[in-house]
Order: sequence, then structure tokens, then C-alpha cells
Amino acid sequence: MLTPKTRSGSPSIDDVLQTANHIILGKEREIRMALACLLARGHLLIEDVPGVGKTTLAHLLAKLLGLDFQRIQFTSDLLPADILGVSVFDRDSGNFRFHPGPVFSSVILADEVNRATPKAQSALLEAMEERQVTAEGKTRPLPEPFFVIATQNPAHQIGTFPLPESQLDRFLMRIAIGYPDRAAERELLSGADRREMISALQPLLSAQAVLELQQKAMHVHAAPALIDYVQALVEHTRHAPEFDAGLSPRAALGMMASARAWAMIEGRDHLLPEDIQAILPSVAGHRLKLAVGGDMTIALRQLVESVAIP
Amino acid sequence: MARASASLNQQQVFWLCAAATGGFAPLTPWLPWWLSALSTLALLSRAFLLWRKTPLPPAWFVNLIAVIGSIGVGFHYRTLLGKDAGVALLALFLALKLFETKTHRDAYAVVFLGYFLVLSQFFYSQSIPVAVISILTVVLLTATLVALNRAQAKPAASLRLAGVMVAQAIPFMLIFFVLFPRIAGPLWGLPQDSGRAISGLSDSMVPGSISKLALSDAIAFRVRFNSAPPAQDALYWRGPVLTDFDGRTWTIARPGVSTALPYQTLGRGIEYDVTLEPHQQYWLFALELPGKLPADAVIGSDYGMYAKKPLRERFRYQVTSYAQTKPVKEESSEVLRVALELPSGMNPRARALGEELGSKHKRDAIQIAADMLGRFRNEPFTYTLSPPPLGRHDVDDFLFATRRGFCEHFASSFVVVMRAAGIPARVVTGYQGGEINPIDGYLVVRQADAHAWAEIWLSGKGWVRLDPTAAIAPGRVEKNLAAALPAGEPIPMLLNADNALLRAVRFRLDAVVNGWNQWVLGYDANRQRDLLKALGMASPDWQSMGAALMVLCGLLMLALMAWTLRQWQRTDPVIRAWREFQRKLTRRGLVAQAWEGPRDYGLRAASACPAKAGEIAEIETLFETLRYRPVQSADALRKFRYLIRVFAP
Repeated sequence: MLTPKTRSGSPSIDDVLQTANHIILGKEREIRMALACLLARGHLLIEDVPGVGKTTLAHLLAKLLGLDFQRIQFTSDLLPADILGVSVFDRDSGNFRFHPGPVFSSVILADEVNRATPKAQSALLEAMEERQVTAEGKTRPLPEPFFVIATQNPAHQIGTFPLPESQLDRFLMRIAIGYPDRAAERELLSGADRREMISALQPLLSAQAVLELQQKAMHVHAAPALIDYVQALVEHTRHAPEFDAGLSPRAALGMMASARAWAMIEGRDHLLPEDIQAILPSVAGHRLKLAVGGDMTIALRQLVESVAIP
Repeated sequence: MARASASLNQQQVFWLCAAATGGFAPLTPWLPWWLSALSTLALLSRAFLLWRKTPLPPAWFVNLIAVIGSIGVGFHYRTLLGKDAGVALLALFLALKLFETKTHRDAYAVVFLGYFLVLSQFFYSQSIPVAVISILTVVLLTATLVALNRAQAKPAASLRLAGVMVAQAIPFMLIFFVLFPRIAGPLWGLPQDSGRAISGLSDSMVPGSISKLALSDAIAFRVRFNSAPPAQDALYWRGPVLTDFDGRTWTIARPGVSTALPYQTLGRGIEYDVTLEPHQQYWLFALELPGKLPADAVIGSDYGMYAKKPLRERFRYQVTSYAQTKPVKEESSEVLRVALELPSGMNPRARALGEELGSKHKRDAIQIAADMLGRFRNEPFTYTLSPPPLGRHDVDDFLFATRRGFCEHFASSFVVVMRAAGIPARVVTGYQGGEINPIDGYLVVRQADAHAWAEIWLSGKGWVRLDPTAAIAPGRVEKNLAAALPAGEPIPMLLNADNALLRAVRFRLDAVVNGWNQWVLGYDANRQRDLLKALGMASPDWQSMGAALMVLCGLLMLALMAWTLRQWQRTDPVIRAWREFQRKLTRRGLVAQAWEGPRDYGLRAASACPAKAGEIAEIETLFETLRYRPVQSADALRKFRYLIRVFAP
């Protein structure tokens, strides 16, 4: 799973990664994974303690890719209209006029998504799935690309509404960022303010370019042997006693899409088993449930190690 | 083994419970009931704790149970040593071991203990069902080993793999069975259980001792005739000869034995071989009278045939018998004196009858005997399995009061009367008749065929057989017991002619069991030599057997390898070449993991052999191209194979 750092075919992706690594230090793999998630047209759930750079990551990606960014702070009194938008009576025209909510942006940071009520959560999650918003009988498409980064605090679960499994499934990936290592943290402490650095950055891509990259990712070649491998992994989760339920076909599709984006970022036009192994923990971790309890990371490692590559 | 101390998952512990059950369950018929119950309880509670994911009981508790169980075994067998106590202790400890089985090392101990218990079944029984159960248990234990080594394998897959492994081992087993040099006699002595009650004839006879055998279907011996079998009423299988009489009990007189026949055989003999079930006694059975003795057998002065050791195992021997014989010399006066002895004060009326017959026929033995047999035939005697009880003078009671009896009553009273008339006479026990199994042609003699008849001494003619039962119930000797008994008497189920279906099934089953006995259990040094000679081996000594063993095993291995090679050739040439590449690197200590991707492996290899990094990278890239890229070219494959062929890490 140690993939060598190769220069990707597209210089723009390399630039994005290189610049991002200058802002968020020592988190190359996480940034890469977040970018793969976006290029696979998926949504990302970051589960981590506050202050490790979740917002910075979202902000940074939006800026570098040239996408507009909105942040929604989820609270227990958040209403669906606060996310989707609201119709207000316009005296001049004598009609109701729709004021689009923050969801009508390309990159959305849904902060502490588990603090809001299920009603508010599902408003966002439906928008994520449908990529459109229906309000007052009218369907309005969301911008393309559309990328939601939701964050969740794994600790302090009092007064929260944890996302049910079916809604976790809407996220293509779940990752953790984790604390920076010592050297990276030192550089962070001695360096400039990250927020200012981000606002000083110039976009490296555009919405159009991102859409083209998403298209390109979809055409990364998957050999029959590789599809066999994904099937073997998925089937194994369905029979292994450690897991309560196996991975769904949607999860398998997610694995393929994520691995394709990952391979593209690596600069390849074909999938390798290593791509599947690289994205597996992020794609499968939140979709599986351990039968006995224990560490999901270890269980996923064992999963990889008990399925032979065909 | 790096995994030895790794802990087991839940499924693996379930496998162990199943394996322990498989090792222990077939032993239950031979273990004390409380031990079976204790072990079963232990296994069930272990599985229950596992199912409920409850922590195990503390070690002191398990140890306490082990100590209590051991004390129980000690009390039950009066020892902790020896076969039975040892097996019982193993069965108990196997169940308890599961309570402290946490690592792979413990698990292997459980499985190998299970294999040992499979073997220990054969201490008790070597029948076909036990062999089948053993093979199934071996598959189960092997599947457990598979599951221990493949944490994620599905149970069906483990069982299938174990089945294939056992199936592949079976040809080797057969080759070894047939060709491994046999040593005459067992390799080591097994401790014998003394005093195990075995039904069969004994060295004494009282009224009722034969009739109690009459309902037993148990097989006494099987006979294979080399030519057509003699008529049913000539099948007198001579066993213990009872000469001493104390008024009630007939007992065997310890005869002098020799290997020389005390009589001369006349006419043509009947050749046959007998497979005798173990009966814990010395005597062997043969048609009257054996002419050529089997090896290791002797003949007694009472014309009985004896083995040199009690028969504790199934014994197969060849005999030739002659219907006509004449004594070589006059019988010794001592033998004749004993054959006339009657205890004083017993059975006065029978003695009076004998004396009366003696004087009436002027001591002519033939006439006296004919007169007595005529009485049996003409007076209202009844042949029955359930005679009324007899008093102190049981011969008198039988002859003059009850007149209902079985063969031992007739034989005993006939001999008493003959002796009283002054004619040397004795009782011979053995079996009469038998039943030809139409499936394999063996004559099966059962305990129900047990019989007693009489012999009188005729000067110049020797000992002559007279069967009083034949006089009263001719059906007994001409057909079988069922034909001779009055309607309504209980008869052995298998002798019941009405039960045709049951008999047919029984014949088949018995033929299978007999084949097993003859060719598997009875496959000794002699059988081996005969078989190998028949198969064309000129001199089946241990060297040539060893050589044949090696050659055949080698050929079998080659066949298996050819099969594997075929499977190999069916796989993708790209994969084949890649495996070759991995094999070359494995020699450098770079073992490829099944789950390891090609690029990861290539990188690992390149960092381990920096000198070859370029070649490794090229090969890896070609593999990637051939296996995972859309466009394939024959050139790439050629180059790939070439690079791997010349690759030398």
C-alpha cells in the first residue's frame, strides 16, 4: 500500500497537491485521499477531534480547485431551510422569490454534522445524493462539481444525533486527519497563519477543469483480474465472521470509482491492486460493522491480508 | 512457528470443540457413563461459553475438575495406568483442555490429541463402522487444522480441503497397507482385559449351558471349503470333549497333547479353512476328525484340536478332515477307565437302566446303544429349548420324569446310561451344521449351532459318534435348530425361515464383514505373501516389498505431480511467469504474500536487491502492462518471459 510518489500525468493535479502540502503539513496521504474522493464525484466525511485542520483542508481544496466554498455550522436548532434556502415574498414583483441557501456552492463544509437534528441532516444528505434541491415545488440543480465535506467529532457524543448507517453510506469516504508529527507541527507553529496563506493563493484549476478530471477518472481502465479482486474482497466481507454485514454493491462501485481517481492522481490510466488496497480503509471503514467490536483498522488490514490477489 | 502464540478467533474455537467432540464421541461406548457425561458436559459448556462470549472459568476450577475426574478414573479402573484408564483420562483431558486453549499452540495440542484418540478406538473394536467413523473424524480433525491456518476460511471450504487431502492420502495408505512388510504377530502386546465374558462353549457343561447359547446370533467361526461342502448332517464341528462327570457337571479332562495323530485317516479328506472368532480358550474347531493339523496346533488324546495359546484374536487356520478314521492302537486303559466312571450315589435309576440294558444285550455295545436311542425315539421325549427344572438327580429326573430337554440333556443322559452298561462313553461339545452364505460362499457357524453329542468306544472301530438328538429330533442335524424345535418355541431371529428379507440383508452384511475380516484385519504375513505371489512377485521378502513400496509411491507422486502440472498449465502464462519470478526472489528470502500487489512486491524486491532494481522494475512494469492494461501485445509477453528466464537475483 506504500505507493511511490510518482508525477501524475496531469501537471495541474501535481501542482494542487504540492501547494496543498505546503499549507497543511505532513498530511500528504490525507490530502490525496480527499482529492481522490472529490475526483470520484463522492462526498467526504472527516471524523476527527477539533483543530486538526478539517476546515483548513476544505477551504484549501475549494480555493486551489477554483470552486466556491460555503461553511454550514450544524447545530441542534439548524433548520432545513437554513441549508437549502428559503422563499421570501418579494413586494416588488408580488411573488415569492427563492433565496438559495449555502448548499448552492461547489464545496460545502458541513461542520459537526452530527450536532443537528435528523431532519436537518437529511436535508443535506438528500441534496448530496440527488445533486439537486426541491423547494416549493421547484427543482433546482446544484452546481457541478458538488462536493460536501462533513465533519464529525468522534468524542463528546452527548446531545448529538449520530448519522445512521444508511446515511453514512452517502459518503464515499470517511477519513481521519490525525495530529501532525513533531516536525510538521513545529513548522506550523513557526510559520505564517494558514488562513492568510490560503486567501493569498491563486486557484490552480477551475470548475470546468475539475469536471474534466472527473470525466477522465471514470475512464481509468479496470482489468478483469482487478474486478475479480474487488469481488473477492467484497465477498469476503459478506462471509467473514468478524463483520456483521458485508459490503453492498454500492460500496463496491464506490471502491472502483475511488480507486480510479486514486490511480489517476498517481498518474496511471489503469488500476492496480494497490489502488484498491489504498482506498479500501477509507471507503469500507464506515460501511462495515464489527461483529465483536475491536479496531476497524486492524480488521480491514486483516481483510486485505486474507484475500489473495487473483 | 510465528503464529504459535497468536490467539484464536471464535470460529477456530468452534472448530476445536467440533474436533474434540469428533475425537471423543466414538469412544463413549467404552468409557464409564459418568466420564462420558462429564466430558460431554464440559464440551457443551465450552461451546455455550463461546457462543455467549462469556469469560472462561478460572484455572483452579478446571484443574479441580481434572483432579476429581482422575480420581474417578482411578476408582473405576483401580489404576491410572494401562489402556482403559489411559484412554479414559485422555478423553477427559481433551474436553478440559478446551478451557485453557487460547493460542495456536494449545489448539495444535487439542487436534493431535484428537488424532491419538481416533487410534485408541481400535483398542476396542476394529469393525467397519469404527473404520468409517475414524476416517470421518480424521477429516474433521484435518479440517480443524485447515481452519487454524486459514483464519477466514468458510467451514465448508475447510472441510472440502481436508476431504481432498485425506482422499489424496488414501492411495498411499492402500499401497502401504498391501506392501508394508508384515511381521508375524502383533508389533507390541496389547494388555488384555481379563474376564471379559464371551459367549461360546466352555470347558464344562451342565443342563442349560448349551440351550442358553441357542438364541445367540453371534458368529462362532466361518468356514471356506475348497470343494463342495459336505452334507448338512455331517457337519459335526468337534470342540471340547467332556469326560469327567460329577453327577451333574461334565468337565473337560486335561488331555495329553501331541502333534502326531492318535488315529489313521482313511479315504479322501475335505480341505477347508476356518476363521475363528476369539473365544479366549485353547480349543480349535474342526470337522470330525482332523487329518492334517494346522501349523501351531496340537491334537489331544481326546481327539480335540488345541492351539498353544488362548485365542484372543481372530484366528485363521487350514485343516483337512476325514470322515473315516481308525485308531492306530488300542485306547489306553486309563482313558477307558475314566470313560466308564460314574459318581456313586447319583442318578440311581439311570444306572439301573444301564445295568439292565447291559445284561439284556449281553454287553453288546452296538445293541445297547441302539436300544437306548430307540427309547429316545419311541418314548414321549420332547426336544425343547425351555425344559422344566431338574432336581438333584437330574439325569434320572430327565429320563423318567420330565422327558423334555435340549441336546445336552440327551447327550448327558445317554452317556450316563452307556457308562452304567459298561461301555466307555463321553460327551463331545461343539457345533453342528452352519449356514452357507450365498453371497460369498462361506459357511457361517453361529453360537445358535452349539451342540452336544456322545461318543462310545467300540473295540476295533475306535470312538464312534452317536447323536441322541438326531434320534429325537432329526431335523436338528438335517436342517437347523428352527426345523427341530416344536412350534411356538423362541428361535433365533435369523434362523426364522419366514424372515426372508432380513436373512437376505444379513447375508450381504455378513459377507461384507467377512471380507473385511479376511482381507483387512486378517491381512497378515501369510496373506501378504500369498497375495503378492498371486500378483506376480517372485519372492515377496521385505527387500522386494520395500522396493515395490518405494516404486509405487513414487509413481503415485508422479501422477499427482502430473495432475498439478496440468492445473498449472491451465493458468495464465503471465501469472505463471510472474510466479516463476517470485520463486526466484523467494530464494533470496523475498516471500511474496498472496495479498501483496505487484508494485508493492516489486518495490520491496528492488530495495532488497538494489543491484537488480532496474531489471525488477522492468519486469514489474511489464507484468502490470500485461495483467492490468487494456492493450496486450505478444511482444510484451515474449519479452516478459525472456526477462524472467534470464533474471538471476
